[in-house]
Amino acid sequence: MVTELIAPALYETLFPAGISRYAVGGLLVGLGAVVIYLGTGIPAGASTFLESTLSYVSDQSRFQQYRGSRDWRIVFTLGIVAGAAVYALTFQSGLVSSGLYQPGTTGELREVGGLTIWLTDVQPWRLFLGGILVGIGTRIGKGCTSGHGVCGVGSASKTSIVGVITFLAVAIGTAQIVMALGVSP
Amino acid sequence: MNGNRHPLFMPLIFVGGLIFGFGLGFSHMARPEVVLNFLQFQDFGLLFVMGGAAVVSGVAFALMPRLRERAPLTGDTYGRRLKPFDRNVLIGGAIFGVGWGLSGICPGAAYASLGVGNVTILWALAGMFVGAYIQGVWRSQRATSESTPTGAD
Repeated sequence: MVTELIAPALYETLFPAGISRYAVGGLLVGLGAVVIYLGTGIPAGASTFLESTLSYVSDQSRFQQYRGSRDWRIVFTLGIVAGAAVYALTFQSGLVSSGLYQPGTTGELREVGGLTIWLTDVQPWRLFLGGILVGIGTRIGKGCTSGHGVCGVGSASKTSIVGVITFLAVAIGTAQIVMALGVSP
Repeated sequence: MNGNRHPLFMPLIFVGGLIFGFGLGFSHMARPEVVLNFLQFQDFGLLFVMGGAAVVSGVAFALMPRLRERAPLTGDTYGRRLKPFDRNVLIGGAIFGVGWGLSGICPGAAYASLGVGNVTILWALAGMFVGAYIQGVWRSQRATSESTPTGAD
């Protein structure tokens, strides 16, 4: 295992929360995309939902081109919300535990009638402004972390690999600047 | 295509989304703080999320086209996700990168974040729709003006 290949202290520095929750979660994210691909041949991405859903309220051609897929993209998104809610009901609420799952210390946990919900501490202006840029960028850039990052990289697409390297490098630079400016959380 | 879809098409899409969303919750990608911790070099776990997901999809995308020609629920041929490269990939990727680095949230993770109870993420979701709308209107209008004949030549 990775744990035995590198010094424990270094491992602790690089992966303070371990790697199992990340690796298991990542495998499941890939599996979800693969289930859809096996049944339908569709390499699904999450960000097209933004434009396809706007086709219900706007006649602009950019949105209308997604009319044919807008209904199942809503179902896909509702599935994502529901799947995360199942996680919240089980692991997040402590109803189910596993050696592969390490609870985190980020944000705020709140009890709501037997269910433990999680709330971010990141400031709303960062979420809103960041969200606007994510909405513009993922659509102009032909994909997001799931379209380019999971399906595109999984397809060994050069476009997607370049796309991932671009947004990853810029995001690291941005987050480092934000941290250096003392913006937290 | 809406009229004669396979009855299992929508259920399968939902189940795929369910597994996808559970994975995003389990891996803590639905928490902007954890993504920011990666981007700020405090926890490199995100590499295993992306790597794990890409390995699983990589195996399926490489094998399926060789094993079967068409998907059972749509009759579509199995292909890879290949998109043409142009400078939009770099421009859009950079804009997305600034947004991701500022907020710690991307579209799929934002939907999952709502599922774990993080109502504050509605700020990010609202922003994403605003951003998608702005670029959509701008690009739709540019496409219209480009396709309109511009006189003599």
